[in-house]
Amino acid sequence: MIWNTEAETMSRKDIKALQLAKLRETVSRVYHCVPFYRKRFDEAGIIPDDIKTLEDLQKIPFTVKDDLRDNYPYGLFGVPMKDIVRIHASSGTTGKPTVVGYTKNDIEMWSECVARLITMAGGTAEDIAQISFGYGLFTGAFGLHYGMEKVGAAVIPMSAGNTEKQLMIMQDFKPTILISTPSYALYMSEVAQELGIKKEALSLRIGMFGAEGHTEEMRKELEKRWGIVATENYGLSEVTGPGVAGECTYHTGMHINEDYFIVEIIDPETGEVLPDGETGEVVITPIQKEGIPLLRYRTKDISRIDTEKCECGRTTARLHKIQGRTDDMLIIKGVNVFPSQVESVLLGMEQISPQYQLVVSKKGFTDDLEVKVELQDIELLENFSELEALRKKIHHKLQTVLGLDAKVSLVGPKSIERTSGKAKRVLDLRNL
Amino acid sequence: MLVKQISVFVENKFGRLAEIISILGNNNIDISALSIADTTDFGILRLIVNDPNLAEKVLKDNGLAVKSTEVIAVAVEDKPGGLARVLNILKDANISIEYMYAFIGKSESGALVIIRVDQPNEAINVLKNSGIEIIKASDVYRL
Repeated sequence: MIWNTEAETMSRKDIKALQLAKLRETVSRVYHCVPFYRKRFDEAGIIPDDIKTLEDLQKIPFTVKDDLRDNYPYGLFGVPMKDIVRIHASSGTTGKPTVVGYTKNDIEMWSECVARLITMAGGTAEDIAQISFGYGLFTGAFGLHYGMEKVGAAVIPMSAGNTEKQLMIMQDFKPTILISTPSYALYMSEVAQELGIKKEALSLRIGMFGAEGHTEEMRKELEKRWGIVATENYGLSEVTGPGVAGECTYHTGMHINEDYFIVEIIDPETGEVLPDGETGEVVITPIQKEGIPLLRYRTKDISRIDTEKCECGRTTARLHKIQGRTDDMLIIKGVNVFPSQVESVLLGMEQISPQYQLVVSKKGFTDDLEVKVELQDIELLENFSELEALRKKIHHKLQTVLGLDAKVSLVGPKSIERTSGKAKRVLDLRNL
Repeated sequence: MLVKQISVFVENKFGRLAEIISILGNNNIDISALSIADTTDFGILRLIVNDPNLAEKVLKDNGLAVKSTEVIAVAVEDKPGGLARVLNILKDANISIEYMYAFIGKSESGALVIIRVDQPNEAINVLKNSGIEIIKASDVYRL
C-alpha cells in the first residue's frame, strides 16, 4: 500500500519541478528571515534569484553542525518564537546540543512523512505499535508517534529502557510493530531469551529500526530473532527527525520523501556533488521546513542514491543503507575502517553473540585494533582447540574484509555493555 | 561412575581468576581438582568440586560461560609406570584422551587422575577389567 500515491509515484520530471519550486520559496524565505543565511549569501556573492535550476543549489554554501552550535539555541530559526510549537535537541554527546524548532505545519509535515514510511513497511490502522525509542529531546519517539497516529495505529508510548517491562507489555498488550534502535531490539531479544519468552508467543510482525545505521546482516538477525519483517528508516533532528527516508518491503534502499527533502551526495573532501550511484556524504536541504530551514546540511552520513524505479511502484529516489559516518570512520594504520564492516563479518556466526566492540589504541607509534566478541556457544568450552579455531577464523575473516591485522578477543557472555539507545561500538583510546 | 566436571570460560583479564574462585569460596564450594588451559587471550578453567550443580548455578548467575561435562576419576598406583599403565589400557582399546589432569590430594587407593575421553563408558569398562580402580562420583565430591 502507498500512503500518498500522488506524492510517492509522481514522474521524475514532476518531482524535479516540484522540488525546484519549493526550493526557490525556501531560499527566498531563508534569505529574508535568517540573518545568518543572508550573511552567508552576501559573502558568497549570491542572491535568491540566482537559484534558477536544481543544479544552482550547488552555489549555496553548506551548513554544518557547528553553525547550529555557534547560533545556539535559536539563532537559525526561520520564524518568530510565537509560531514555534515544539523544540527538540540532538543528543549533544560533544558540547552543547543542537536545537531545532517546529511550527504547526512542520509537525504536520513530519507526521505525513513518517506515515508514508510506516505504510511502506506494511503498517496500517489495524496495528499496535510499541515505541521503544526514548521520549524527550530526542526526535525519534515523537516522529514515529505522530506517524503512527496519522496512520491510525494504536500507540504504546513505552520509551526506552526497563527491558523486562518492555517485554511484559509486549506479551500483554500484543503490539504488532516494534520501534527502537537496532541495538536495543537486539538486547531486548537477548533478555526475552533469558526469560524464556518465545517469539511465537508475541504478536510482533513488523520492526521499524532507526536512529543508528545497521548492516543487512543485523537486519536479518533481528528478523530471525523476533519473527518480523524489519525495515530501516532514516532521518536526523537537524532536518526534522525520522521521516526523511525509509525502506519498503522490497529492501531496495530507503525511499526519500523528495517533495520535502532534496538529498545530494558529495565528496566529503572537496564538497563536489557526485553523480547518482556514487558513494559520498549525504547532504540534505528540507524544502518545506519553517521552524529551522537549513540549506545543504552536511549529515556526515555516508551513502549513495539510486533513482531506478522500485518494484513497489514508488518513483522516489532511494538512499542506500548508511555505510557509516565520516566521523565514525576509523583510520587504523592508514587503513579506513568502518564499524559496519566488522559487523558484517561477525553477524551470522553462531558461536558468538551479535554484540561486539572495537577498541583502538596506540602501541608505541603504531595503531592497534582489538575486536571483542562474546562467546555464546558453551559447547566450545569442552574443546579448547575449537575455541582457538573460532578465534583464528574470525581473525582471518576480519583480515580479509578490513585488510588489517586485528586482535580478536573472545570475552564472556553479556560482558559487552548493552544500551537502550544508540550502541557504542567503538572505543578509541588513541587521543586520550 | 562418571564425575561431573565444570568448565568455565576465563577472559584474560587481571583478577578474573581470583574473582571466579572467590565466587565458589563465598558459596562454600570446595575444589578438589582443577586445571587451566590458556592462550594469551583466554583460558578454560576445569574444576572438580564437592557440589557441581551449585557451582554451575552460582557461576552462571554471575554471568560466566559455564558447561558441565562428565569425566572419569581414576586411581593410579603412585609409583613409576602407574599412570603409563592406565593410559596404555585406553590406547589399546582405541579410546582417545581429550585432556587429563591430576588431583590436588591423594586417596588411599593411590594418586588420582581426572581423564576426559571420547568414549567414557567403554573406558570405564576396559579400565575396570584391567583391575584399575575407578573412583565413584560421590566419593570424588567428598575429597
